[in-house]
Amino acid sequence: MSQYQKRSKDQLAQRVAQDIFDGAYVNLGIGMPTTVANHIPAGMEVVLHSENGILGMGAAPPVGEEDYDLINAGKQPVTLLPGGVYFHHADSFAMMRGGHLDICVLGAFQVSASGDLANWSTGEVGSIPAVGGAMDLAIGAKQTWVMMDLLSKKGESKVVQSCTYPLTGIACVKRIYSDLATLECTPSGLKLIDMVDGLEHAELERLVGLPIQA
Amino acid sequence: MIDKIAPSIADALHGVEDGSTVLIGGFGTAGIPNELIDGLIAQGARDLTVVNNNAGNGDTGLAALLKTGRVRKIICSFPRQADSFVFDELFRSGKIELELVPQGNLAERLRAAGAGVGAFFTPTGFGTELAKNSDGSPKETRVINGKSYVLEYPIHGDIALIKAEAGDRWGNLVYRKAARNFGPVMATAARRTIATVHDIVELGSFDPEAVVTPGIHVTKLVKIGRVATQAGGFKQAA
Repeated sequence: MSQYQKRSKDQLAQRVAQDIFDGAYVNLGIGMPTTVANHIPAGMEVVLHSENGILGMGAAPPVGEEDYDLINAGKQPVTLLPGGVYFHHADSFAMMRGGHLDICVLGAFQVSASGDLANWSTGEVGSIPAVGGAMDLAIGAKQTWVMMDLLSKKGESKVVQSCTYPLTGIACVKRIYSDLATLECTPSGLKLIDMVDGLEHAELERLVGLPIQA
Repeated sequence: MIDKIAPSIADALHGVEDGSTVLIGGFGTAGIPNELIDGLIAQGARDLTVVNNNAGNGDTGLAALLKTGRVRKIICSFPRQADSFVFDELFRSGKIELELVPQGNLAERLRAAGAGVGAFFTPTGFGTELAKNSDGSPKETRVINGKSYVLEYPIHGDIALIKAEAGDRWGNLVYRKAARNFGPVMATAARRTIATVHDIVELGSFDPEAVVTPGIHVTKLVKIGRVATQAGGFKQAA
């Protein structure tokens, strides 16, 4: 029985940030991936893109200084760094679709071993569907990374042979950063990049239920 | 003499016909032309198709328009928000039709309309449920240089309602921060574009290098008072 501790949300964000390079143009989607911005090392310049027409997005403003004409994709108030710019929606998504962003980090419900992504709908009957920029982001950036817990609340692996939830994009995810391991999605299946201390390879494969190349 | 400055919202919106497709700028609450939406409610056109990124926040602006029951269909990318209860109720009771479009496809379909493009192949949505028509049939696809694409058609508006920061009597516009969002592309995609501005400047005072929407795309502009954009669309931290 292996003894290991999961990465905390902060440690996971830090792990993702570790792989972002100086000068990268990055979109951090909405929700959990946006916390990666808090861990980009000082002295490194990373230009954050927001789908609603911002490059050079900065942190949240101090309380009382919010300007709701300057919001992120999650509609929360942000700031603009010196050098930051605004542009309209068609230009913003052309930037994405045209492959100009280096990295995009998204959350996910499921990712398949070959990199199919499901992150916009659980397909639940009667729920109101909403997709936003998820499909454009998934297929647009030079590299799409997913950041998520490896297991669902029910303990099922969110990394699967084939997604059962509605797809966001096909073979678009390059890496999965999770609380237990970092994996690469390839046409021939999963490859291990790293895992938390104390977790054994066999145990990781058992949790995921799929072969993982060392 | 060209003078696109309208004396009032009502004057600018005169003659909007029933059955119109109305493009409404804004992302969340930023860039939503609330005064024009209120004017459209007062004007009374019915059986509308509305195009916006979202489907209204709270019970004002776009949500108030939906509440009148005069919107038959909404084309948007993200209707479900923390405060989209007006749309939610209409949708669940089958009183409004929804065409869900990935956000970039929405922007590009508007761009295509404005640019005279007949249709375009996009990689976004390929292999997903959104690569189907409303009747469930698959949209046309094509493999180009080894990559798969879906054929998407333009969205033409009868009228576009947008919010800008400042304009001149030729209709040249500049915007404010991320409230620009869909404004410039919607301005190009409609037969008639109405913009609100907070300032009207003398012709020639804009830096020609910095004008965002050239006046050719604007039919009328109306000066309105400045009201700070309110928060909307997200869950406040507990």
